[in-house]
Amino acid sequence: MRNNDLINAEDSRSDIERQIAHRNKKNKRFKGVVIGATIISTLPLLFILFYIFRQGISAINWHFLTNLPKPVGEAGGGVANALVGSILILLVSCIIAIPIGIVIGIYLSEESKSKLAYYCRLAVDVLQGIPSIVIGIIIYEWIVRPVGGFSAFSGSLALALMMLPSIVKSTEETLKLLPESLKEASLALGVPYYKTMMKIIVPTGLGGILTGVILSIARVIGETAPLLFTAFGSPFMTTDIFKPMSSLPLIIFNYATSPYEDWHQLAWGASMLLILMILILNIISKIVQRKWKVQF
Amino acid sequence: MIPAITFKNNGINFKEKAFKKTLTLLAILAVVILIAIFFTLLINSFPSLKALGAGFFYDKTWDPVADEYGALPFLVGTLLTSFLALIISTPFSIAVAIFLGEYYKKGIVAETFKNVIDLLAGIPSVIYGFWGLFVLVPVVRVIELKLNLPPYGVGIFTSSIILAIMILPFSVSLSRQVISMVPDNLKEAAYSLGATRFEVITKIIIPYTKSGLFAGLLLALGRALGETMAVTMLIGNTHSIPTGIFSPGNTMASVIANEFSEATGKIYTSALIEMALFLFVVATVINVIGKQIIKRFTI
Repeated sequence: MRNNDLINAEDSRSDIERQIAHRNKKNKRFKGVVIGATIISTLPLLFILFYIFRQGISAINWHFLTNLPKPVGEAGGGVANALVGSILILLVSCIIAIPIGIVIGIYLSEESKSKLAYYCRLAVDVLQGIPSIVIGIIIYEWIVRPVGGFSAFSGSLALALMMLPSIVKSTEETLKLLPESLKEASLALGVPYYKTMMKIIVPTGLGGILTGVILSIARVIGETAPLLFTAFGSPFMTTDIFKPMSSLPLIIFNYATSPYEDWHQLAWGASMLLILMILILNIISKIVQRKWKVQF
Repeated sequence: MIPAITFKNNGINFKEKAFKKTLTLLAILAVVILIAIFFTLLINSFPSLKALGAGFFYDKTWDPVADEYGALPFLVGTLLTSFLALIISTPFSIAVAIFLGEYYKKGIVAETFKNVIDLLAGIPSVIYGFWGLFVLVPVVRVIELKLNLPPYGVGIFTSSIILAIMILPFSVSLSRQVISMVPDNLKEAAYSLGATRFEVITKIIIPYTKSGLFAGLLLALGRALGETMAVTMLIGNTHSIPTGIFSPGNTMASVIANEFSEATGKIYTSALIEMALFLFVVATVINVIGKQIIKRFTI
């Protein structure tokens, strides 16, 4: 404590009162600063949401959702191919990442003390921290270069790699909350271990696992960097996952950095679409969390 | 005599074993993936490691046409943007963490702000970049004109502001977690001695959580170093060493994003991969140290 904040023995009553008032004032001022800084921190979100909705709302209509992008100079055009691409790429990455993630999560919660679990947890932690652009390069070297071409599938793999850590973590943390007695009761009835896990433990923790999965989807739905060298983008409508495919974040990047007003408009519409999807996914995860609360 | 009961096995034993094997195998897979990532980067950056050596990190010119690959401008750009972002965001993230961890722990105010901060984390990088390009760049341009600087608009400063917004939720969630773990009896003891809340925060909570807060900053820095899209859109993409915080530049991640798919020639590609390797190693080291500190703090 600074010296002038301390009360000395020879201080008079009015001195002490003045000091206390001073400290109280400092206390109040600090609270004001904290509240002010917190409010300032939330302003960017409001600005961004407001700006995107203002710009995007005029771009979004049925035509925008069902048409392909038009070349520069022609008005109109839509993002149908990117919308379909985004959904397809995510679907494939979910098919890859969800089972693997849940199984690793089960392992970590079951064998939580083993040496392999320690290294596995470390690996998952590190995987989570890898910059997304590095994931893009890795998948490029693993898939795109050997195969000899960009493909939506490689993009899905990149996104799956990014989803994996959060699925593993949410599974592990949810399953750890379940009481041991649940498993013991099932085993005591003679139910084999694998059936106990798949039919009792995982369904009981489904709410928590599902929340984690939905949040991980919300997190990768806007990832652009890993798709740059994998899914690459395409101006055509395609559903062949072994061909290059467009996705919403990719067209936002390409159109936002282009000099054409028409394309900016498309990018604003796509941004709004993307933000709406993320908001909806977040709300769904909240509902799931509340409805299927894992508690004992 | 009790007759021996024999169960029909129905292959349960086999399924049991297969299940356990699958668990172990996939756990091993996670470790293998990580090791494979490291070696893929290492092997692919061999040509550049061999050709350029340590000069890679102190050579000032990056000119693929002349086959010169010096990553110093990008190294400087990366460090400058990341640290500037950290400096801008830290006061706010600590304030929000104190707000949510001490002043308003529960109730509707806390829930609202928590959700807002979470949403901030949910906005994709590319949208931050897009917004920055159309809203932040004109603002920065005005500031630059007032300061008699060339009005680029894009540059280190602009990217740092966006980065600061992007890493805020991340350090808030870690710092809040740490601050809410301060034992109540410490705080109560201080209150009982007549300390004000301000004094409890500065004399008890912050000293007690010092290492945890530091780890939060470290992990946020790790995030900022590897952030790609928003920075790529806002930094200006020049290959020279930035001369100040308002000058345009390039970060390692943004160079990779811009040039990797067009890179021709073995050394060019390999030099870009070497940068990815560098980012990977730095991010990993920061991550492991940060998580270790947090873990020690939690126990």
